[in-house]
Amino acid sequence: MSAQALMTLKLRIWRQKDAQSAGRMEEHELSGISEHMSFLEMLDFLNEKLTREGKIPFNFESDCREGICGSCSLVINGIAHGPGKAKATCQLHMRSFKNGDTICIEPWRAAAFPVIKDLAVDRSAFDRIISAGGYVSVNVGSAPEGNSIPVPKNVADYAFSSATCIGCGACVAACKNASAMLFVSAKVSQFSVLPQGQAERKSRVQNMVAQMEREQFGACTNEAECSAVCPKEIPFENIVRLNREFIRSNFSPSEFE
Amino acid sequence: MLNLDSKCPTGDIETRWTRHKFNMKLVNPANRRKHSIIIVGTGLAGASAAASLAELGYHVKSFCYHGSPRRAHSIAAQGGINAAKNYKNDGDSIHRLFYDTVKGGDFRSRESNVHRLAEVSVNIIDQCVAQGVPFAREYGGLLDNRSFGGTQVSRTFYARGQTGQQLLLGAYSSMMRQVGLGQIDLFTRREMMDLVVIDGQARGIITRNVVTGEIERHSADAVLLATGGCSNVYYLSTNAINCNVSAAYRCFKRGAGFANPAFMQIHPTCIPVSGDYQSKLTLMSESLRNDGRVWVPKQPNDRRLATQIPEAERDYFLERRYPSFGNLVPRDVASRNAKMVCDEGRGVGPTKEAVCLDFADAIKRMGQEKIAEKYGNLFEMYQRITGENPYEVPMRIFPAPHYTMGGLWVDYNLMTTIPGLFAIGEANFSDHGANRLGASALMQGLADGYFVVPYTLANYIASTSIKPVSPQVGEFSDCASDVQKRIDKLFAVKGPKPTTDFHRRLGRMMWNDVGMSRTKDGTQKVIGSIGKLRQEFWSELRVPGDAHNANTSLEHAARVADFLEFAEIVALDANARDESCGGHFREEFQTPENEARRDDEKFSHVAVFEYQGENKPVIRNQEELKFEYVKPSQRSYK
Repeated sequence: MSAQALMTLKLRIWRQKDAQSAGRMEEHELSGISEHMSFLEMLDFLNEKLTREGKIPFNFESDCREGICGSCSLVINGIAHGPGKAKATCQLHMRSFKNGDTICIEPWRAAAFPVIKDLAVDRSAFDRIISAGGYVSVNVGSAPEGNSIPVPKNVADYAFSSATCIGCGACVAACKNASAMLFVSAKVSQFSVLPQGQAERKSRVQNMVAQMEREQFGACTNEAECSAVCPKEIPFENIVRLNREFIRSNFSPSEFE
Repeated sequence: MLNLDSKCPTGDIETRWTRHKFNMKLVNPANRRKHSIIIVGTGLAGASAAASLAELGYHVKSFCYHGSPRRAHSIAAQGGINAAKNYKNDGDSIHRLFYDTVKGGDFRSRESNVHRLAEVSVNIIDQCVAQGVPFAREYGGLLDNRSFGGTQVSRTFYARGQTGQQLLLGAYSSMMRQVGLGQIDLFTRREMMDLVVIDGQARGIITRNVVTGEIERHSADAVLLATGGCSNVYYLSTNAINCNVSAAYRCFKRGAGFANPAFMQIHPTCIPVSGDYQSKLTLMSESLRNDGRVWVPKQPNDRRLATQIPEAERDYFLERRYPSFGNLVPRDVASRNAKMVCDEGRGVGPTKEAVCLDFADAIKRMGQEKIAEKYGNLFEMYQRITGENPYEVPMRIFPAPHYTMGGLWVDYNLMTTIPGLFAIGEANFSDHGANRLGASALMQGLADGYFVVPYTLANYIASTSIKPVSPQVGEFSDCASDVQKRIDKLFAVKGPKPTTDFHRRLGRMMWNDVGMSRTKDGTQKVIGSIGKLRQEFWSELRVPGDAHNANTSLEHAARVADFLEFAEIVALDANARDESCGGHFREEFQTPENEARRDDEKFSHVAVFEYQGENKPVIRNQEELKFEYVKPSQRSYK
């Protein structure tokens, strides 16, 4: 491999002590960045430098660093998870940038996701939505034999692609209304097509939508910014299904047709 | 001396678990709500245990350091989960899964535990299907299976390359349902800092709220540790960057035996290291070895690109050396062989520390579309990280630390040597011996949480006198003040170096001397080096900020402080075990064909380390292993 030039970047990063304090952008120049670094490794590199200089590093969330845990959550140059399609922040590499670039790094911004510190936000609202209905009520021990519930392959594949949601919240961050409809629609879609999800099909969508509203997420105005940034490319059509499921449940709110 | 009575039932192995279940005591449904259970960790083991215990009616307190239980590292498991369903009609059975697992573990696991695991494997699939986990299906709507390393049957259930995610979301949803019902109190963003032992029983934990910095006390009737593995002792591993040994190590320091710390799994198919700044390694699922062929050039120092090396000049070394298992040999065997060919100078890529995983033949045979359907997300992941297209050029892969077979010692009831402290999932040691087979970690995590610990915990509660305890008593105060002192001590060093400096250096030492291949000398010397590094840590560390709000630097420093002590025990175990078995390969002990040579006379035992106090040497205890059903033999995958 040829010796590659190292980049120097100007970083503008959100600094906020805690949920109560006001935040501001802080500028740092950082050199010695390889194109093979991941974006988060570039931030690690900055944080190590700040630590050596006796300064305070930036707080950001990450864990698996392979795009599946949903911890990482940065708005990079105005785009949730940064440039490129179908990836979380941790899967963004510095080869997407060039020497001399200015990069603006901010947290998810939504009333339902209060800032914890710097770039880390509290997304427990998503857990509360799942807790309200994002499950099949089946106690351990009462499950029938697996193959007694056949699921046509195309249905299983559809359910799977909805179930791949990593709960990162980029959909909310990208939406001007901070709507959580894509997140809710992914779970509702998964269960509404599967035989296992039928018993609670109506109460599930009612309860999840009600909780979503309690959490101060906004409404959907059909701009599809959510799908555009979704690391798992959950299709916007899922929101159509969510609306349909919701309306259906309003017409006959009991589990009986 | 630790009491290492395994409490395994005797007699016919097929009825041991059934008989044991009947002999265990039960807790009356009306009494269950009076008992509170702390569960630390919300991965497959922790979430499944929390859900099933809450469903039974216990009052569960669940803790994780993540912002949400769904972010636990089980989420990243790719390939699949084994179960002895025999849906493929290819000769699978509970006994075969049991046999494969004991043999795959190189005869260093307990037969009773492994048989139970194989038995409940079939219930796990049923449970997950009922939860709505979208497993891969055949066109007829029934469940699909694929093969994994170390077996000759197809028993692996999967959800594309995201099986761990789907199983975890299943367990998480069951758990969140119980949170909604008020059966589980969920404490996120809490790091377990210590275990509180009162009158010899585990009665609570001290946590740090990682947002406010508050040191908190939580009491319960029993504590379940589901805190995963500790491959991050190598710094670079496939684990999430926050995975750590601290919770388990703190329990060790409070009297829990730590078993087989040297049994580390180095996974053969990971994306190779590309630079010093690297923060973690990414696994490429073992399922890729179903269709990918592993090779290196026949000649050392071949500088050509992989696609320019003609067929006749390639060495498909796994197919050549192991004709019957080929590319599907167990992980330890595949990893060691990759290292061997790289040591001969036949590695590929810029660092020469990689081998090719080639899909050209599979694409020719099945077409690119079929390959994309099976492995599409893995191929994308590879391309994103390396900038190379694996549909066109062979992947480059190299082994990386992945899983710890060792862990807290537990008896058949999954209880540690501290009464009331249970360890489940990767945090315990019990089922995988010296090497874990692919798709068995998910199986074990869910087996422990859904189907084992709900019974054995009830037995403990029903048969033990557990007095009420307030978190204000002296033991809690002492423990909380120990925690505070440790935190203060980290800040007080005020040196010039960030924690990562030390973690990286520790990782390099461990990888070089206690990694894929070990020697008596190397493991001896590294113990001294670790000690020196530890001294340097405590004189040159800098932890920026303070302890009164979110401070990830502090969290990392506290974990690395524990890794720096734990690493020494790993090296001690590797040094003492004068044999090669599974993932533990001591260069002095190999057959003329470079295969691992066990010493069943001297080492057919579990090594269990016991803490004796600051500046006192740890004691190595032994639990002898008996094999009545799978006769130990030299493993052969030829």
